[in-house]
Amino acid sequence: MVSVTDLQTMYEQMVTARHYEERLVDEYLVGKQPAFDISAGPIPGELHLAAGHEASGAGVCMHLRDDDTVTAPHRPHHIAIAKGVDLKRMTAEIFGRKTGLCRGKGGHMHLFDPDVNFACSGIIAQGCPPAVGAAMAAKKRNTDSVAVAFLGEGAIDQGGFLESLNLAAVHDLPVVFVVEDNDWAISMPKDRVTDVQNGAQRAAGFDLPGVRIDSDDATAVYEAAGEAVMRARDGNGPTLIEVQVHRRMGHFMGDAEAYRSEADIDRAKQRDSIERLAEDLRSHGVTDDELDEIRERAHERVEEAISWAKEQPEPGPEEAYENVFTNPPTQAATDGGSAADASGDADETGGDN
Amino acid sequence: MATESRDYTEATETDRELTMSRAMVEAIAWEMRENEEVFYMGEDVADYGGIFSSTTGLLDEFGRDRVMDVPISETAYLGAAVGAAQAGMRPIAELMFVDFFGVAMDQIYNNMAKNTYMSGGSFSVPMVLTTAVGGTYNDAGQHSQTLYGTFAHLPGMKVVVPSTAYDAKGLMHSAIRDDDPVVYMFHKRLMGLGWMPSPSGPKTGVPKEDYTIPFGEADVKRPGDDVTVVTLGLHVHRAMEAAEQLDDDGIDAEVIDLRTLVPLDTETVLDSVRKTGKLLVVDEDYQSFGVTGEIVARAAEGALDDLSAVKRLAIPDVPIPYARSLEDEVNPGTDDIAAAVRELHE
Ligand SMILES: Cc1ncc(C[n+]2csc(CCOP(=O)(O)OP(=O)(O)O)c2C)c(N)n1
Ligand SMILES: [Mg+2]
Repeated sequence: MVSVTDLQTMYEQMVTARHYEERLVDEYLVGKQPAFDISAGPIPGELHLAAGHEASGAGVCMHLRDDDTVTAPHRPHHIAIAKGVDLKRMTAEIFGRKTGLCRGKGGHMHLFDPDVNFACSGIIAQGCPPAVGAAMAAKKRNTDSVAVAFLGEGAIDQGGFLESLNLAAVHDLPVVFVVEDNDWAISMPKDRVTDVQNGAQRAAGFDLPGVRIDSDDATAVYEAAGEAVMRARDGNGPTLIEVQVHRRMGHFMGDAEAYRSEADIDRAKQRDSIERLAEDLRSHGVTDDELDEIRERAHERVEEAISWAKEQPEPGPEEAYENVFTNPPTQAATDGGSAADASGDADETGGDN
Repeated sequence: MATESRDYTEATETDRELTMSRAMVEAIAWEMRENEEVFYMGEDVADYGGIFSSTTGLLDEFGRDRVMDVPISETAYLGAAVGAAQAGMRPIAELMFVDFFGVAMDQIYNNMAKNTYMSGGSFSVPMVLTTAVGGTYNDAGQHSQTLYGTFAHLPGMKVVVPSTAYDAKGLMHSAIRDDDPVVYMFHKRLMGLGWMPSPSGPKTGVPKEDYTIPFGEADVKRPGDDVTVVTLGLHVHRAMEAAEQLDDDGIDAEVIDLRTLVPLDTETVLDSVRKTGKLLVVDEDYQSFGVTGEIVARAAEGALDDLSAVKRLAIPDVPIPYARSLEDEVNPGTDDIAAAVRELHE
């Protein structure tokens, strides 16, 4: 059974994620109004927001430790926050700053934080194989860490996911696959692209347990994920979980959602997992004052992260050439070899002379 | 093959200016009306009309049977396009961003590109693979590449890179009618999207009627005597802008838009280099083992005696970084082009 403290922690993660993204919207739109230009303003590029997905990230990550691995897709903020990714450095990354998690090289779809074993891929389902690999490493080294791969329901038709299910199953690897079903893959409703009712059904074909959670109830996610993570930690193999979540916004910022009915958008907004969890907390005797306190703390943390990020320096142009390799061979790749020639390193690379 | 004297005046005599996306869609719609065997599939190509407006309006006119939203299963639907093409249809399949080729490359380079040859010519694969390319809007390493050289390197695919609305339409007609697989790479920044403003160049006059532009004919965008600038895609427009700046300083650059990489119009490049003796190649793909190296090699093979100086500008063999300051550093800009031409001219 979930404790009230755990419920409060989840609530805090969820309101942090929601408020964080509301604030990101403000910042993202700077320089993009009245005419929306994706490359303008302090946060350029695509921005995929996860409002309505928070219960999934929070409910799953409650069971994870820093040494457990998480891979997230193109919509990663709520998962990163729940996994404990450094919010300041994550924000600096989104602003493209030098002190960002990835020194400004990754951006919002490609957040990497080795301190808590968090990584992303913007390519659909391609976070799944590396999660399997992290689980493989844990098994080979006899640790009890686990890996969790998050993906959208649109990703359940992708080879990278299906092949990963099989590889994880056949080797009994400690992986949990978490599908966030928000009913849409950009403009494509799920029944246009797949014949199954839900993604959890994919598990049967690979002989692993599949669990479908029909509402974005953080407690239900917490309970299902708890079982799956324990199963993985105990060496009993992978589990596939699908959580019904809701896409409260467009696919990405700037998406006018012409393909989606008003009624569908309203429906997504009515079912608010955060409000539902607040009610649960009240029924457990948590007062409105205490909930306000949690919210205020979350808001302060978000404000701090955003103002810190905005004060950070931009990366200098020379940094573009760094980090291609961990052990850069020579300067040859970027200057046609002249630096290597000049430094005399060329001989060491096996030249004839 | 050289097209220096080619005359567009007749074909472009029209007040009707279109964006590149409108021109591209117009050709597709025309071919779909003419030929029942042509159909389009991809992610978000139906109701959405393509993330980069590559299919706007097609669903309304042709319905879901011929304008198909497909699962996020690139291996399956790109491979299905190969199969449908081998069965005699003329599918157009869209890979939303070229960067996603990785999840489906086997279908592209082992089936689509090779089945004609491996079958000894008994099969042909008359399909078009449309795909969005390029950066400049800070979308980072998995959404900003052009990969021109990757596709042009692997034999068996024709590779088309339009830089104007006029070319986009004519090349699309040619692509759909071609009996071979054609990779049609459209640059996001050139499509004329409201949310990603284009430079002024790609929006051009476009005739209403159908017309084809043969593959393997580069376009001399601007004749000049001092330095040859060979480029493609977005960088055609950057090179033209640079040429105008240089003109003020009395440097006369010739700008060549390759338009197709396979086949490649070597003659037009050689003719120009023989005249100017100086060659700059500008590319938005990675520098090593790519388009810039290939053009320089052909110039060296065909006109070595006439060449006095060579330079190339491309992405300096790093993944495309996210931050604006970093992406601007690695993607050749108008000023970089102007500076490189000046250096060559000295
Ligand atoms: C291999 C690949 N194909 C296509 C895309 C483009 N794309 C980005 S997000 C997306 C829809 C994903 O839908 P879903 O998995 O349900 O996640 P959601 O966006 O709904 O959270 C698509 C098609 C991609 N990033 N990678
Ligand atoms: Mg979805």
